[in-house]
Amino acid sequence: MIGGREIVATIDHATKRYGDTVALRDVSLAVERGRVIALLGPNGAGKTTCVKLLLGLATPTSGSATLFGGDPRKASSRQRIGAMLQVAKVPDTLRVREHIDQFRGYYPSPLPVKDVLELGGLEGIGNTRFGELSGGQRQRLLFALALCGDPELLFLDEPTLGFDVEVRRAFWKQIRAYVSLGRTVLLTTHYLEEADALADRIVVIDRGAIVADGTPAEIKGRVSGRRIRCVTRLSEDEIRQIADVGSVSVESGRTEIIVPVAEAVVRELLARDETLRDLEVTSVGLEDAFMALIGQGKAA
Amino acid sequence: MTPRLEVLGQSTALAPRAGHTISGIVRIYLREAKYELLKILRLPAFFIPSLGFPMMFYALFGLLLPSKSAAFPMATYLLATYGAFGVIGIALFSLGIGVSTERAQGWLSVKRASPMPLPAYFFGKYAVTVIMSVLLVTLLSLMAAVFGEVRLPASQWARLMLTLMLGGIPFCAAGIAVAYMVGPNSAPAVVNAVYLPSAFLSGLFIPVEMLPSFLRNFAQFLPPYHLSRLALTAIGIEPASELWIHIGSLAGFAIVFTTVAVIAYRRDEGKTYG
Repeated sequence: MIGGREIVATIDHATKRYGDTVALRDVSLAVERGRVIALLGPNGAGKTTCVKLLLGLATPTSGSATLFGGDPRKASSRQRIGAMLQVAKVPDTLRVREHIDQFRGYYPSPLPVKDVLELGGLEGIGNTRFGELSGGQRQRLLFALALCGDPELLFLDEPTLGFDVEVRRAFWKQIRAYVSLGRTVLLTTHYLEEADALADRIVVIDRGAIVADGTPAEIKGRVSGRRIRCVTRLSEDEIRQIADVGSVSVESGRTEIIVPVAEAVVRELLARDETLRDLEVTSVGLEDAFMALIGQGKAA
Repeated sequence: MTPRLEVLGQSTALAPRAGHTISGIVRIYLREAKYELLKILRLPAFFIPSLGFPMMFYALFGLLLPSKSAAFPMATYLLATYGAFGVIGIALFSLGIGVSTERAQGWLSVKRASPMPLPAYFFGKYAVTVIMSVLLVTLLSLMAAVFGEVRLPASQWARLMLTLMLGGIPFCAAGIAVAYMVGPNSAPAVVNAVYLPSAFLSGLFIPVEMLPSFLRNFAQFLPPYHLSRLALTAIGIEPASELWIHIGSLAGFAIVFTTVAVIAYRRDEGKTYG
C-alpha cells in the first residue's frame, strides 16, 4: 500500500540488458490502484521496456516485475489487464467485430461486443475490415481490444501517436472517465502535455533510469525555470560548471541555458565573461521544462 | 469518440481471476483456428499459389509429360510427392512468413500481452495448414483420378490424407524456427531458399530413384524426403518395412526445429519484436 492505495503492479530493482545495451538500470516502480501514472521520456528512454516487463513480454535481467502480486506471464494476472501497444499493422482481412470477438474470447468475463464497439467509438464500422480503417479508427480498435476484458489495469503505450488534437482530447476525456471508476492506467508518452493532462503521477525516464517522480505540479515545479539566451565565449562545458544549470545548447552562435532560477546564473555568467552580450531571460514552457529535466539526467 | 464509460462495471475491487478453465482454453484454440482460416481465405495471394503451384507441377510432371506406357506408376507416385510438396509449402509459408510478419508488426505482442496462451496462436496456424492440406490433397486426388486414371483404395487414400495432415507438423516447427531466427525481411527469402532445393533433392519433383546416386544418398538427411517416403508407403508404393525409420526421422527433425525455435525465441525475447 502507498497512502492507503493498493499496489497493482510493481517493478523492483529491475535491470534489463539486451546484449551490451542496458535498456533499464535498477528501476523500481509501484503502480497504485485508481491512478493514472505516466511514464514520460524521449524515444528509447526505456518506457516501453518497463511496459514489456510488466506485461511479461520480457523478463528482467535482474530484479523482478509483478502484476497483482503475481507473475505477469500468468494468464490469471493477464486476465485483469488490457494493453494498447504500438502496432504497425493488424491482420488486414479481419473485420472490426471479428477482432473484438477473438479478443473477448481470451477473458473470463468480457464486456459485451456492443459495449466494446461503443467504448472504441466504432459503432457503425463493426463490419469493416481492418485494412479499410483510417489511422484514427485503427488506434481506436486497438483501444477497444485493450478494454475487451473489462480490465482493472490498462496499459497504454504512446496511445495518441497519430491522433489529431481534437481526437486526442476526446481520448483523454475517456481515460479520465475510465479511471474515475476506480481503474488504473499506466501510460507511456513523450508528450509532457499529455502526461500533464492525464496523470496523477509522472515518472520521468531517461536513458534507462528514473530521473524524476512526482505529481505533474511537482515535476513542473522542479523544472519550471528560465531560459537564458546570450552570445558568450564561454563553452558549453564551462557553463555546465555553474551551479543549477539544467541544459545548455548552442545554436547559430547563441547559447541557450535552462535554469530553475536565473539571477544567480546570470550574475555568474557576467562575472566569467565580460564580453557577454544580447542577454535575454524568458520563462520556459512545459516541453522545455521537460527537456531541462532530461538534461539534468545527462549531466549526472 | 465520446466517453461512454457507463457501460463498464462500477465495481472497483474485482475478484481475482483464476486463470483459464479447460473449456475456456478449448474455445480459445478453436477461435484462433476459425479466425486464422477466415484471414487466409480472404487472402488469395496466399492460398492460390499454395494450392496452385503443386497442382500445376503435378499436372505437368505427373499427368502430361510421362508416357502412359511406362512401367513406372508416375501419376500415382507423384500424387504422393506433390502432396508432400504442397503440405510442406503451406506449413513453411503459413508459420514461417505468417509468424515472422505478425511479430514484426507488433501484432503478436498485443496477443501475447492478452491472456491468450501462446500455443493457441501456433495451433490456429497449424489448423489452417491442416485444412489447406486436406483441400490440396483432395484436389490433387481428383486430378489424379480424372486425368491420370489413378485408382486408389479408400483405405490407402485415407492413410495418405492422414500422413500428410500430421506430416506438416515438423515443417510448422521449422517455420516457427525461421520466424524467430531471422527478421521479417529475410524470412521469405530463407523459406524459399530452403524449401525449393530441399524439395527437389528429396525427390518431390522427380522420383528420388531417378536422381544421380550421390544426390540419392544425400536425400535421407532432408526432412521432405522422409515425409514423401511416408506418403508413398501410405499408397503402397514403398514397402512398410522402413515406416518407423521415416517416422522417427521426422520426429527427430521436429524436436530439432522446436529446440531451435525455443532458443531463438529466448534469445530474441522482447528485444526487437514480440
